[in-house]
Amino acid sequence: MSGPARVERFPDSEADDDVVLRARGIEKQYGSSCGDCVELTGDDAGTNQCPTCGTIVAVADADLELHRGEVLGIVGESGSGKSSLAEILALELEATAGTVDYAGFEGNLLEADYQQRHRLRHEEIGLVHQHIRNGLTLSFTGGGNVAEKLLAAGWRHYGDVRERLTELFEATEVPVDRMDDPTSTYSGGMQRRVQIAKAIANGPGLIVLDEPTTGLDVSVQARVLDMFREIQREEDVSTIVVSHDLGVIRLLADRTLVMRHGRIVESGLTDRILEDPHHEYTQTLINSIL
Amino acid sequence: MTDRGESDDDTLRTGDGVDAGESSTAAETEAGESTTGTETDAEDETREGLESDGGVSEPAPSSPGVAPESVDGLLEGVESAGIEGYNYAYLDEHTKREVRRATLKAIAIPGHQVPFASREMPLARGWGTGGIQVSLSLLGPDDTFKVIDQGSDESVNAANIRRLAETTANVDPTRDTTAASIIQTRHRIPEEVLTDEQILVLQVPTTDPLRKVDGSDDRNRRRHAHQNYSKMWVSLYENVVEWDEIQIGAAYPVLVNGRYLMSPSPIPRWDTPKLHQAETLFLFAAGREARIYAVPPHTDVEPLAFEDKRFQRERFPEACALCGSTDTYRTEVETDDGKRLYACNDTSFCEKRQRDPSIQKAHHVDRDVGWERLEEPAVDAANDGGEGR
Repeated sequence: MSGPARVERFPDSEADDDVVLRARGIEKQYGSSCGDCVELTGDDAGTNQCPTCGTIVAVADADLELHRGEVLGIVGESGSGKSSLAEILALELEATAGTVDYAGFEGNLLEADYQQRHRLRHEEIGLVHQHIRNGLTLSFTGGGNVAEKLLAAGWRHYGDVRERLTELFEATEVPVDRMDDPTSTYSGGMQRRVQIAKAIANGPGLIVLDEPTTGLDVSVQARVLDMFREIQREEDVSTIVVSHDLGVIRLLADRTLVMRHGRIVESGLTDRILEDPHHEYTQTLINSIL
Repeated sequence: MTDRGESDDDTLRTGDGVDAGESSTAAETEAGESTTGTETDAEDETREGLESDGGVSEPAPSSPGVAPESVDGLLEGVESAGIEGYNYAYLDEHTKREVRRATLKAIAIPGHQVPFASREMPLARGWGTGGIQVSLSLLGPDDTFKVIDQGSDESVNAANIRRLAETTANVDPTRDTTAASIIQTRHRIPEEVLTDEQILVLQVPTTDPLRKVDGSDDRNRRRHAHQNYSKMWVSLYENVVEWDEIQIGAAYPVLVNGRYLMSPSPIPRWDTPKLHQAETLFLFAAGREARIYAVPPHTDVEPLAFEDKRFQRERFPEACALCGSTDTYRTEVETDDGKRLYACNDTSFCEKRQRDPSIQKAHHVDRDVGWERLEEPAVDAANDGGEGR
């Protein structure tokens, strides 16, 4: 399960050959649009709700590129559209418009049918949900939850499944002897780890982490992030991290997008964004934390 | 297997406007009936009255083709007619057609659950109403009918269903598996090999095998549509984690024709291999859930299992105390003096064995079907130790 060798490069490089995912004009609206919604909302308008028809423009005009082995952070306040964008890319949410080219799929990823989505979500794209209940079946054992991914991908040898589960539990630092307990008996940190184990089970080409540290105390947060960073480097898997927490972004992301009112207002190397924010909102955001 | 001739058409014309074409589904039929309300009820009565006149009973000269005017009058007519007030094989012809149509569709898509209207029957849903409707829509006067309830011909439920068919459809009842042309069964497939001239009708309490992993039929239908059975596999995985082998007592999930996951109704694991590449048509009917599904002859039926944790049949510690069989499904029974012993569950075959201990399950057919000679499975020969607890 070794990915291609990590290429030394600037994360911002425009070299096309190692682009894993390229998204253009992603848009998600809630409500029946009056046609002018996108023009009447956004950062300049200071709102994501259309003043004419009341439609919520959760995301619009979102362009992004993700390179092999890169971690892309998406940061922004609640309601800025970062989770919608992440869920669209993880095929959990239908977009209103946009195209996504993905290395493991021919055509527009957003137009994949149910069957293709099912395959992609099990074998290509791992999502770690913000809410544990959306990602795990709590009545199943921890092992069972992760095994679901393997079984969906066609694993039919029980011994092999157990072996892979042990590997995954060790990698994500979940005690292996708790593997056969119901997931509902796990602590919050363990449940988060099981979700990560599930997301990486089939060696996906893309992982989307939606608020990976929600509800965890600071020391557990640090250990989960540490663990993930190690796996991410070992497997060289491209990752999108969504968080409102700049600490998480600083620790994980090579490059960062800042979102507000459904628009990407700034993007660049994470260090640059944190040290030298250009957009007014980013400046406020960073000042409020640092 | 029978038709009533021209009166059949009358029935359809006086019906409540439901189209007889292929597109008429169970839902339409139900909707069509419920919306027309009490008027329809009266019409139904009319139809019943007409059928009693033109049915298998002697023609009543008193009311040739004249529709009685009041419900009371109708009821009187039916009461005086007694058992002859019913249509042949109890169900009206329209219902039989609808059931047959669903049955044909089920045969065309092996393992797929086909909805049907499921009429009220003279016993509560859950007591074999689906099986009765399918049996009665198939039976003709030349048929020989056997009914078993968990292997027994003499349980109250089985005896009553057999009597209903006997009185309303004039079929010959039998207890001999090899003599029956149609066998209705609850939770067993007979031990003796079935042939291509027989049809087995199984009563089904719960149609969808996925329901035990997800309670939502809506989501489960979607899973069936896309052959997405990973949740069921997780349930098998967890079963092995707990027991070190797959321990499902009855209704072992099977994949039919490499496509649909199907519950074979709560037959023991022992009977599951009998469905694979059989000569017989198997029909599964659930009255409460209004679904019919089928395994046609010569169809692959594969129990779900892992490569290293195989499907296994039940193991029994003792031979049958009555006939000495070691190759039949046995149940533990307690005698009056508190002793426990094992006896064949299929009573009809057990009686044959008691008369002639050498009789084989395939004694009446000249071929091997594979499963009929299987003795006790060698313990765990198929399973390597693996890990687990």
